[in-house]
Amino acid sequence: MLGPHADFIIASYALTAFVIAALVAWVVLDYAAQRRVLGELEERGVSRRARSEKE
Amino acid sequence: MALIDLANPTRFLRLVNPLLPWLAAATAVLFAVGLYRAMGAPDDYQQGATVKIMFLHVPAAWLGMMGWGLMSVAALGTLVWRHPLADVAGKAAAPIGAAFTFICLVTGALWGRPTWGTYWVWDARLTSMLVLLLLYLGVLALYWTAEDPGRGSRAAAILSLVGAVNLPIIKFSVDWWNTLHQPASIIRMGGAAIDPSILTPLLIMAGAFTLLFFTLHLAAMRNEILRRRVRTMQIMEAQRFAEAGA
Repeated sequence: MLGPHADFIIASYALTAFVIAALVAWVVLDYAAQRRVLGELEERGVSRRARSEKE
Repeated sequence: MALIDLANPTRFLRLVNPLLPWLAAATAVLFAVGLYRAMGAPDDYQQGATVKIMFLHVPAAWLGMMGWGLMSVAALGTLVWRHPLADVAGKAAAPIGAAFTFICLVTGALWGRPTWGTYWVWDARLTSMLVLLLLYLGVLALYWTAEDPGRGSRAAAILSLVGAVNLPIIKFSVDWWNTLHQPASIIRMGGAAIDPSILTPLLIMAGAFTLLFFTLHLAAMRNEILRRRVRTMQIMEAQRFAEAGA
């Protein structure tokens, strides 16, 4: 079906699939990591807003 | 809602969070259709089955260039209007554009060996595409290694604008110089020079790659906004500790 140059075709599709899988893994794992750290900071009572009056 | 309203990170997150699963599903469906049509496409009369590499190579090349175009527009937003979401968009696009450019170069080499008899030649199209990858790596280095994120962002934005000069060089390199790479056969005067039996799956795959790019880009922008919130909160926490210790 893929002829005498099947190796080149299969290698192209395999490499593309690997790079796309790596990109998807990167965004998914990075999202989970950022959500986890944000959750930990919020649990410790840290806010993004500066406090308006000194304690 | 005015377009400018989207340029608020909180509103952006509110819109993107429900949109991403739908975009991911649409991308998967379009890839399934595109791959089915690509595998069923007839062999080329000269190149045989190796023409199937084109269904990956050409969309990857388009998106490698589109990614840099997007970064150049974002760079204007960073340098002229100093809008934080523009910087987020530029930074999020860089690794994705670099990955598509890498796919383009490697699949091009794998296509070139059986077609031209060589993996690589230093002709204008191949060299200008390699320069694009090196420019991407330069921008990533500026974003990832700068101690001051603001300075790194401005430097990356300047490089993004300067590097945009390379885009017309890539596009017209096959017309301006004598190259081993074939001339434009899709986006050209007089219409596409490819038979519909091959052009249709190519366009479906290009649509799938484009949807994938924007899905990944929006997801990476969301991550970058969260990363900046984490950084701000860590600074606030450090200041609180410093005040408590003083």
